[in-house]
Amino acid sequence: MGLGVPIIIPVSKPSKGSAGKTGLWRVEKPVVDEDKCIKCWLCWLYCPEDVITEGPNGFPQIDYTFCKGCGVCADVCPTKAIQMTKEEE
Amino acid sequence: MTLTIHDLRKESGSYLPGSAACPGCGATLAFRIASRVLGPNTIYVVPASCFSVIQSPFPKSAISAPLYNIAFPAAAATASGVYRAYKMIGRNVNVVVWAGDGGTVDIGIQALSGAAERGEDIIYVCYDNEAYMNTGIQRSGATPLMAWTKTTPTGKREMPKDMPMIVAAHRVPYVATASVGYPFDLANKFEKAKRIKGFRYIHIFSTCPPGWNSPVSKTAEVAKLAVDTYFWPLYEIENGKLRITVKPRKRPLKEFLELQDRFRGLSDEEIEELEKIVMEKWNFLLHLEKSERVF
Repeated sequence: MGLGVPIIIPVSKPSKGSAGKTGLWRVEKPVVDEDKCIKCWLCWLYCPEDVITEGPNGFPQIDYTFCKGCGVCADVCPTKAIQMTKEEE
Repeated sequence: MTLTIHDLRKESGSYLPGSAACPGCGATLAFRIASRVLGPNTIYVVPASCFSVIQSPFPKSAISAPLYNIAFPAAAATASGVYRAYKMIGRNVNVVVWAGDGGTVDIGIQALSGAAERGEDIIYVCYDNEAYMNTGIQRSGATPLMAWTKTTPTGKREMPKDMPMIVAAHRVPYVATASVGYPFDLANKFEKAKRIKGFRYIHIFSTCPPGWNSPVSKTAEVAKLAVDTYFWPLYEIENGKLRITVKPRKRPLKEFLELQDRFRGLSDEEIEELEKIVMEKWNFLLHLEKSERVF
């Protein structure tokens, strides 16, 4: 049309961290105690943020870049192997 | 076939971490599990809801599957069109509407009813957090009796709509209720819905910690207690036959109510009244389970 208006098609592309590094929202940090863990993967199942994966040693590994620290994993853990600890400065 | 945790772990989901969802969101938890069962051959249609904010703060999207954002009342109509367009080019895909309770129970009910009546081949999912959470906790047609919201500061006085039964009255092939507190039950209902042709409806009870003022870490526990206290019974209606899928031992309703501040300040008589309503519903469902056809 020659108006010089740029045409932007509003399509979002899939990407991790669409709202930024959401790990910065965290107040408490979940820590896995591998001695108590029985690998039932309930933490993985209930994690609302999908940040729990299988680590190289076969135990749950938490991606702290995006973990929002809600603590659902610690709440559902049957052996209390996940503890919420204060985030340090 | 019953899905186990090993089956779910093998599948890849369509949810990417780091979205704009609140910590402890029930909707993302439900979506993660559902998308693993539905698989990559799925197209989502999302009307205005929390989920339209969660999935796409432009230019990035938290969902790796194709997803179409649409206006509040048009979700079911759009999904019908999307399915037919794919059918015309000869591709068989799952078309899934992922709507909130406002977009289903109040604003989207007309298009939903129309699509159900025409028997469109889509799965309609309502994740029910029982108020308009995205706009700041206003009451909706799904808000339970006596619950606090910003527009019902002294507690809602009306009963919520029984949406699964409204859809079941359209005589659709599959209607189910699910809860994020029972993820295996939820996964198996999606597995079943995926294999059925025609209009399918799944209503998910989804905890909202900021809206219900419940502890963030208790997302799963609150949703599980809702089922265990018979507040949210889990059932499915397949070709008109009702089956209660989870029959837990009854726990006092008080345990569920006291975890959430939206029910704070209820007197013992009011809790008694809620308990009576809950038991009436449960006994009604037990009665329906015995009959040959519900609708």
